Amino acid sequence: MSEGRFFDEMWAQEDAARPPYNSFYSWITHEDPARLRAKQREAEEVFRLTGITFNVYGRKEAEERLIPFDIVPRIISGREWQKLSRGIEQRVIAINAFLHDIYHRQEILKAGRVPVEMIAGNEALLPQMMGVMPPGGVYTHIVGIDLVRTGEDEFFVLEDNARTPSGVSYMLENRETMLSMFPELFAQEKVRNVSNYPLLLQKSLAESAPSGIPGDPTVALLTPGIYNSAYFEHSFLANNMGVELVEGHDLRVVDGRLCMRTTQGYDPIDVLYRRVDDEFLDPLNFKPESTLGVPGLFDVYRSGAVTLANAPGTGIADDKAIYSYMPDIVEFYTGEKAILQNVPTWRCSDPDSLKYVLDNLAELVVKEVHGSGGYGMLVGPAASKKDVEAFRKKLKARPANYIAQPTLALSTVPIFTKSGLAPRHVDLRPFVLMSPEGIRITPGGLTRVAMKKGSLVVNSSQGGGTKDTWVLDD
Amino acid sequence: MLGKTANGLYWMFRYLERAENNARLIETGQRIALTRSGAPTDEWTPVMKTTGTDLSYAQKYDTVTKESAIDWMLRDPENPSSVRSSIEAARQNARMVRTAVTAEVWGAMNGCYIDVKSALARRVNERDLPNVLGLIRQRTALVRGATHGTMLRNDSYDFARIGTFLERADNTARILDTKYYVLLPTSASVGSHLDNIQWETILRSVSGAAGFRKAYGQKVKPSEIVDFLVLDKRMPRSLNFCCQKIRDNLGYLASEYGQRLEAHQMADDMCRRFMSHDVEAIFDYGLHEYIQDVVAALNALGHQIERDYRFFA
Amino acid sequence: MILSISHATRYKFDAPVSYGLQQLRQTPKSYRAQSVLTWTTRLTGAKKQLEFDDYHRNRVELISLNDGVEELVIESEGRVEMADTHGIVGPHAGPAPLWLFARATPLTQSGRGTRSIVSQISNGEPLDRLHALSALIKDQIAYEVGASESHWTAEEAVAAAKGVCQDHTHVFITCARIMGFPARYSSGFLLLDDREEQEATHAWAEAYVDGLGWVGFDVSNGISPDERYVRVATGLDYSDAAPIRGVRMGNAEESLSVAVKVAQQ
Repeated sequence: MSEGRFFDEMWAQEDAARPPYNSFYSWITHEDPARLRAKQREAEEVFRLTGITFNVYGRKEAEERLIPFDIVPRIISGREWQKLSRGIEQRVIAINAFLHDIYHRQEILKAGRVPVEMIAGNEALLPQMMGVMPPGGVYTHIVGIDLVRTGEDEFFVLEDNARTPSGVSYMLENRETMLSMFPELFAQEKVRNVSNYPLLLQKSLAESAPSGIPGDPTVALLTPGIYNSAYFEHSFLANNMGVELVEGHDLRVVDGRLCMRTTQGYDPIDVLYRRVDDEFLDPLNFKPESTLGVPGLFDVYRSGAVTLANAPGTGIADDKAIYSYMPDIVEFYTGEKAILQNVPTWRCSDPDSLKYVLDNLAELVVKEVHGSGGYGMLVGPAASKKDVEAFRKKLKARPANYIAQPTLALSTVPIFTKSGLAPRHVDLRPFVLMSPEGIRITPGGLTRVAMKKGSLVVNSSQGGGTKDTWVLDD
Repeated sequence: MLGKTANGLYWMFRYLERAENNARLIETGQRIALTRSGAPTDEWTPVMKTTGTDLSYAQKYDTVTKESAIDWMLRDPENPSSVRSSIEAARQNARMVRTAVTAEVWGAMNGCYIDVKSALARRVNERDLPNVLGLIRQRTALVRGATHGTMLRNDSYDFARIGTFLERADNTARILDTKYYVLLPTSASVGSHLDNIQWETILRSVSGAAGFRKAYGQKVKPSEIVDFLVLDKRMPRSLNFCCQKIRDNLGYLASEYGQRLEAHQMADDMCRRFMSHDVEAIFDYGLHEYIQDVVAALNALGHQIERDYRFFA
Repeated sequence: MILSISHATRYKFDAPVSYGLQQLRQTPKSYRAQSVLTWTTRLTGAKKQLEFDDYHRNRVELISLNDGVEELVIESEGRVEMADTHGIVGPHAGPAPLWLFARATPLTQSGRGTRSIVSQISNGEPLDRLHALSALIKDQIAYEVGASESHWTAEEAVAAAKGVCQDHTHVFITCARIMGFPARYSSGFLLLDDREEQEATHAWAEAYVDGLGWVGFDVSNGISPDERYVRVATGLDYSDAAPIRGVRMGNAEESLSVAVKVAQQ
């Protein structure tokens, strides 16, 4: 079943399933496919009724869509996970140290490990954060690290998400769905728990409150509103954390604090988990036309009366141009070699790299430096000649706007199709929580899967689906 | 609770009630049209007038036909009060307040939306109309049932109930007001019984025909209908019933929050001013004027609640 | 020399305003050439919410308008002791790294106009080139009260060939950055020799010269700032150093009057 050059996480060995999949494989081969198909439909019905949807942009009316869910779990052994989680922790520590350094003394620039121009001219740098110490010293309270696998021991970081990573609600709902549909599986396998994530998130955010708050800190979640693509996740998390879900127009600066308008007056907020981008956070300090933010929010932040999670300006750490420096960044701040590898990256701002990229466009993946969600990227091997040529023009016009990477041979995991199990490409987004008390990594994360045969694009906005992700207690 | 959440709950239940009321009005109109003998009369304009959408209908259509009137009231997206628009608005508000309702209420609301949306995806022909209207009634009833069965009796519930009863009182008042002329003692000859069709329209519009007969017997006097729809505390759609409920729920809010506000005074005043008469006094005052005053008082109360509980900044 | 300063800003709204916030950057800085002896601010129609020092070490006060307000008055006054440093502000300090001041902002984007000015500056010592730049800008952009719009960019001012101190400053900053000097905007008070009453607050530019540090250039007056120049706020351009900026709810129209008095004690 393994398709030649791709590493299949279930089928990589000739005659038997890879060890983490042993017991699952024997279970599924004894199951009646008709029952599984019925279960798959049942799962979709649950998702539809619960309203686990995301909104698709670029259409006249915001359309709510389901993300396809596949019942075959992606299984990671405890040993594999141990190494991954050490690498993730190291990376998150480095990202945070980098942010602190860039917004304070810029030692890494003075040491010449990252060129000044990469930072000075970078749109993701938020000058207003210069010299600002976030409460507790934490910049990235929530991080998502996108990982791909190409072989038994080969994991790469595809990108870091240090702004407002999303997807954790799917991770949680996927597990709930699997638990309710196939309880027998969890009786025979020791799968590590993920469902305490909202509690840990709440705890982690509360630990990050400004010092000197009397009593328990009040946490709230700021959403752009019901038309945002991730609104389901926002309400899901607020609900499961037991905190208020607020929009910009619910908030106001009162007596020097950030407050929410309740039926009985204005109540102060100590920690705002904001799912609104930096530039829209505060029309007084950033984009004046923003209607999603709160005028004066940044001033309250500056005066130390509220924690913003994540801190404004973290984009400078997950910028795709900075990504290529991550091995240096990890080494500079931790004194160790990076445990997780980077994908080799060509910065198109560099003339030699640009030439190489233009010469090999059809083999490469080219991404916009500031893009996300799989929009505005070229997957050379999958693109038509016409698309490649159109992209070549864009690339030549603004080379500094792009980076390029080799097309990775992403690992596959089977999905359950009408005609049985069939391999599809996957990636993995583990979620990391950080507070002044420490780092917490949820075992597993969100596995995204390209539902189309041969496709390498796993983004949900481009037709990708998701799987439950198991980390075994072995 | 956020002011926005109170607003969302209030409107979620107002729209839900509106969808249900409008479905019932369509059902009544259809029933009258079917059972009418003699020359065809325009039953639909008054029905649309009751929903306050007759003028916007006239902007879109030149003539009133049964098909286009039903379509307008049932599923036209340009009609903000159509059943479909109302269900969509209820569900949008529910999405906004998901953290304030139980999973069951949200599930029922979302299921209602999904099923009604698909039932109303295309024009509904006459043959399917009873089933479709039945479905709407059933799905909205499920939301109401989940609300009663699973929601804590706290401020969330109170705002939901206040929205429900303000909408319901408004609806009953509108029905009375569109038909007030047939209820006046001076219309036709004094003391005569109402035209069967007329009174049935009214009673069916509020699901009250059987209840009325139980309470008042088979002979129908206009003053009794007014008594039933305005003052009768047993009738769950009467103005008096709704006013009491609004006042009660505001009262629970006052004790939960430990604060009485302007809206509480207004609700008390409304109950005292309008609900403590007998029906003769209403006729003496003038039925139409009375209804107009009640509608105005309900509106004013709605606005005051928005202000008192900070629905908006 | 001790200067006594009073600064009053008065907004009149043609309808009551229910909510609004204003960010003030009006408190003079203390550094080696000037020290603030006293400074107080009085608000009418508004309430102070908080204060902090921003990344240019400007003192920022956030105030909120009182509900239903039709007039907002901000009155500051105080005494500042000044020393003459011949336009030299001194070494770079503060959280913003020097390379940040090479960054173009929307108001200081370079273009044909500013590049053409730079091309007319001949080679030489850095300080001489900057003085030449200042003189050239004064020559090419006529100072005319009320000539420009407050949102004009440097390029727009060059094209119009007229402007006020804000425009002179933006053009200077833009050109200095093209020439490779970190540069910034400075706003503050100026003691005029002939009168106490000022039109408004003043603005001038600062460029960083190796060996000297930050050096001030008042293009509009053709000199380098001396002990009559009280520095209040600095930034990458006007928007960082504006004495006041705000947001308001509603559609009320506003009229603004500013009164500034600077006198030597």
